[in-house]
Amino acid sequence: MKIGIPKDGRFGEFGGKYIPETLAPAIEELEKSYLKIRNDKNFKKELGRLLIEYAGRPTPMYFAKNLTKTVGGAKIYLKREDLLHGGAHKINNTLGQALLAKRMGKKRIIAETGAGQHGVATAMACASLGLKAEIYMGYVDTIRQKQNVFRMELLGAKVHAVKSGSKTLKDAINEAMRDWITNVDSTYYLLGSAVGPHPYPLMVRDFQAVIGNEIKKQMKKIPNAVIACVGGGSNAIGTFYPLIDTKTRIIGIEAGGKGVKTKLHSAPLSAGKKGVLHGMMTYLMQDKDGQISETHSISAGLDYPGVGPEHAYLKDENRVEYKAVTDDEVIDAFLILTRTEGIIPALESAHAIAHAIKISKKMKKTESIVVTLSGRGDKDIDIVKEYLSKQ
Amino acid sequence: MTRIQEKFNQLKSKNEAALISYIMVGYPSEKATLAAVRGLIKGGTDIIELGFPFSDPIADGPTIQMASTESLNKGTKIDDFFSIVKKIRKEADIPLVLMTYTNILYNQTYQKFISRAKEVGIDGLILPDMAIEESKDYVKAAKKSGMDTIFLVSPNTQNDRLKKIIKATSGFLYMVAVFGTTGVQTKIHKYTIDALKNTKRSANGKIPVGVGFGISTDKDVHKYVSSGADAVIVGSANIKIMENTPVNKIESKIFTFTKKLKNKTR
Repeated sequence: MKIGIPKDGRFGEFGGKYIPETLAPAIEELEKSYLKIRNDKNFKKELGRLLIEYAGRPTPMYFAKNLTKTVGGAKIYLKREDLLHGGAHKINNTLGQALLAKRMGKKRIIAETGAGQHGVATAMACASLGLKAEIYMGYVDTIRQKQNVFRMELLGAKVHAVKSGSKTLKDAINEAMRDWITNVDSTYYLLGSAVGPHPYPLMVRDFQAVIGNEIKKQMKKIPNAVIACVGGGSNAIGTFYPLIDTKTRIIGIEAGGKGVKTKLHSAPLSAGKKGVLHGMMTYLMQDKDGQISETHSISAGLDYPGVGPEHAYLKDENRVEYKAVTDDEVIDAFLILTRTEGIIPALESAHAIAHAIKISKKMKKTESIVVTLSGRGDKDIDIVKEYLSKQ
Repeated sequence: MTRIQEKFNQLKSKNEAALISYIMVGYPSEKATLAAVRGLIKGGTDIIELGFPFSDPIADGPTIQMASTESLNKGTKIDDFFSIVKKIRKEADIPLVLMTYTNILYNQTYQKFISRAKEVGIDGLILPDMAIEESKDYVKAAKKSGMDTIFLVSPNTQNDRLKKIIKATSGFLYMVAVFGTTGVQTKIHKYTIDALKNTKRSANGKIPVGVGFGISTDKDVHKYVSSGADAVIVGSANIKIMENTPVNKIESKIFTFTKKLKNKTR
């Protein structure tokens, strides 16, 4: 069930590379370059050093004693990706890809961003490695995450506000792809999630797998369950992949928004249909004609109508359970974690916390759950404030 | 033989290149689409390319993105598209090509979508996000229905890849003129002319080669035709005319523009 390098870029029937022909040589070059450095000792050494000295790895495994006590069930552990430089797991991937881009001789980096965390992580990696960064961000997201826009600009990146389509993450990806088609020779597209055409889902998973590998080392016993939030699915696949061939129960949490039975959610694995978008075949939120639906989530980082192809595969193989939690449940979880542990989680990560709270109650006190706390919540406090003021 | 193949044979005997004209169905309205089709046919276009809007058109520049969004906002559904094609077919026997994105077909399954499209009178398909590696089921379904599969090549497509693409292509081969998305360009690059010559060499007379993306004037048409293009494809320029013209003037404006372009293919 565990797939190393996907044959023809396919995880089961999912993935592939549905791309405009102009990108074909670039994707081919990327695939070759990546497969070459994937086992290159010097590359691994250089990236390993950056992850330790620059990003702050390994991240701690924290036993959330107060939260566990409050909920009253299985022991809840937090994998503290929120403590990384930049405040999210995104830096694991951007350092890896920026190093690769540098080796490929590319000087101009483009990236998309939803909540702004990947944009910030790209801007940081580029600043430290001497590369030029341009970030595409949906106009709606530039408003709701304006602090991150300024952070990117401070770090020397140029931010383009995308005003086409729904003006969110998917449109930022569209615009980044158009830029890449236009500047294919000079430019490296640094995708931030485990989505897009092959080899991106593979690369992003490999660079994020450091999360799951550390979990394995840090837990004396393999945990009874691991939980991570899933938008495109990068922190989740990084958490899950090293644990696929263990007996751990693995759970991915999608953004249920106002409920998966309404149209206002971002949960393609729970309520989507197979289709082709952004270079990959996967589960998508779409209408009867195949038009991609506009999504909703309280967290900008999960507000995406598709999901990484490896998740689609793991769902169909019944290896990973995919569930959704609503905005209301997320806010509750956000507040509970903040008040019991003094940790403000990103709204994305609060999805995983919400589900951990739900299932830990039904588990034995001797059992354990690891939740990947993918990012910190400073960026979200205005959204939470507004939400609470409306109640 | 499909209508597209027949058309190219006729033109070849007259030593003419084809003018292929693109419009977006439902932009700015169904009435405008039908008026534009009449203008195109009277102006002498050889093949009409009908765009069906997709929510995420990654290969398109601002003009066609705008037309897609507008058409979708007006509520254009795939059923409306097929019913417009039926109306056009009642009036004309001109070859009709559908340009859209893979998900629109995938959603209904390739086979179902293609046989329905063929039934209403579509002769060929262009899917800018359908890479040759992923095209096996699509090409198989199209062959079964006698539908032409028009693949795109780019100035950076290497020769071994070009061969594979030519093998899967029928009707004509669509060469993208520029590194970039659809839309008006201000100059013709030398690399495009070189790529056109190379592509023609690989096609070796077995399949016509059309050039598209960024072609908007009669001068552009002349330049590509005199450099060996078997067809030129004009899209965003038509959309721009339609954007700035009241519906009752669209037919005559499109007619005048098309006639001017068509003259340069002879």
